[in-house]
Amino acid sequence: MEYIVQQVINALAFGAEYALLALGLAIVFSIMGLVNFAHGEIIAVGGYTMVALGALMIGNPYIVIASAVVAAMFASVMLERFAFRPVRYADPTTGLLTAFGVSMILQNLFLLFVSPRPIAVTSLYFLDWPVNLFGVQVSSLQLFETGATALVIVALMLFLRRTTLGIAMRAAALDFEMVRLVGIRANRVFAVAFLVSGLLAGLACIFIMARRGSVDPHMGFNPVLKAFVACVVGGFGSLPGAVLGGFILGAVEVAMLVLLPQEYGGMKDAFVFGIIALLLIWRPNGILSPRIEKGDKV
Amino acid sequence: MLAVDQLSVFHGPIEAVHGISFNVAAGQCVSLLGPNGAGKTSTISAITGVVRATGRIEVDGEIMSDQPVESRILKGVSVAPEGRRVFANLSVEDNLKLGGAIVQNKANIRSDIAHWLQTFPVLGERRAQLAGTLSGGEQQMLAIARALMSRPKILLLDEPSLGLAPKIVAQIFDIIRHLKNEGMTILLVEQNATQALKLSDYSYLLNNGKIVAEGSAEKLGQSNELMAELTGIA
Ligand SMILES: Nc1ncnc2c1ncn2[C@@H]1O[C@H](COP(=O)(O)OP(=O)(O)OP(=O)(O)O)[C@@H](O)[C@H]1O
Ligand SMILES: [Mg+2]
Repeated sequence: MEYIVQQVINALAFGAEYALLALGLAIVFSIMGLVNFAHGEIIAVGGYTMVALGALMIGNPYIVIASAVVAAMFASVMLERFAFRPVRYADPTTGLLTAFGVSMILQNLFLLFVSPRPIAVTSLYFLDWPVNLFGVQVSSLQLFETGATALVIVALMLFLRRTTLGIAMRAAALDFEMVRLVGIRANRVFAVAFLVSGLLAGLACIFIMARRGSVDPHMGFNPVLKAFVACVVGGFGSLPGAVLGGFILGAVEVAMLVLLPQEYGGMKDAFVFGIIALLLIWRPNGILSPRIEKGDKV
Repeated sequence: MLAVDQLSVFHGPIEAVHGISFNVAAGQCVSLLGPNGAGKTSTISAITGVVRATGRIEVDGEIMSDQPVESRILKGVSVAPEGRRVFANLSVEDNLKLGGAIVQNKANIRSDIAHWLQTFPVLGERRAQLAGTLSGGEQQMLAIARALMSRPKILLLDEPSLGLAPKIVAQIFDIIRHLKNEGMTILLVEQNATQALKLSDYSYLLNNGKIVAEGSAEKLGQSNELMAELTGIA
């Protein structure tokens, strides 16, 4: 019983992290049709910010966390301004190639100007301690992660439902030109989308760093891959889909870890993607395809 | 109010409208009539700034042609576009809220929403409903109300009667007449020439991207073959 509860919490924590990552991709995709593969490098920017603070002997956890998040948000907005704005209305392939290019350039910048090797960041280890939750051993980090994701989802929902800019972002997902035609500045909508996306990357960065305790130029690859898969499963462009996809991915991963016999452990990812493929045969557009969600356009 | 001079409109390499000029005086309803593909929507799109165009567009003495879409809306242009384009995934009320997004005073937005929901009772009854679930006629009313939320100087209506049943068409034209009587300046694009002529102060007839005739309802109705065809007299 305890074992089951523990694995459920594991699945939730993984799912929460993937949901956070996937939301960051989905919010940008929903309004500009761009799969921002540089999202992973935004996370890395947060990581390298922690390295820089470490070098400056700044260890105050509040400062470390806030700086990493702010740096990620700033980096995200800068990418929009200088890399993606020129291709804003270009076709999706151009956007995709730009995102790949930006991702590679950033990785190489980290490589050249910092170090090709991993650098340890220990300032966030303190977030992780064993917790006894009603007789079940879990890690505090898992609880933080799940809680933070829940909070983010609620905050994002309030923002998208209650504020004019949030409502405009939902409208922009459907008909961007019409949003401009009511006088809402396109630049503002894009900037806010990237700002929110950067915030989500920054938060994910905190948890990723607290767990792995090091940065390297390619640390963004795995998170962005997970985010991408979660978005595909949930239905690309749908925010609830991104969350759902993230939790499904987390659950499938943990299920494979638990169910696969030891000797197949190395093939976990193959099984995970196999199951995802089956899901996509059942629902080729993802579970919550935005097309279904939005209803037919007149 | 609106002065268009030597306007040419381009879709990629294709020139859809060839140097047309026309005017809409303050408080007037002027219609732009013509068959499919005449260039009516292209002209409207050029006024709002969403397509590439050359020539001069002035609203209330201010040159619009070199400004981005958003500034034009801010300076008093508003459109209920072809195909209505309501935000299907938002409630009726949120559609109106976005329509008023450029209005600074929050109290004005609230009172305007209340006003339009009262003016269009069908919308009032459906204020929390998703706009995508409205009927065609209701969506058209919403598109018009949304356009009015920005308190425009000039309202552009692109085929508001398109695809609607005769009874609903009559309702829509009643609404336009009502707006005109309240003093709104309107540029009305229509294929339904008979109805449009009736409430317009002046009309232009567009064909193949050129203005081929203009004048009052009586003059146009009789003098032009194409117009006769459009109004179904021929
Ligand atoms: N996006 C576009 N790309 C290429 N050509 C276009 C585009 N939009 C319009 N056109 C062309 O421009 C010309 C004018 O079209 P426009 O939509 O302005 O006509 P319209 O008078 O509004 O017709 P309708 O009554 O059918 O709405 C047409 O020949 C059309 O094929
Ligand atoms: Mg048209």
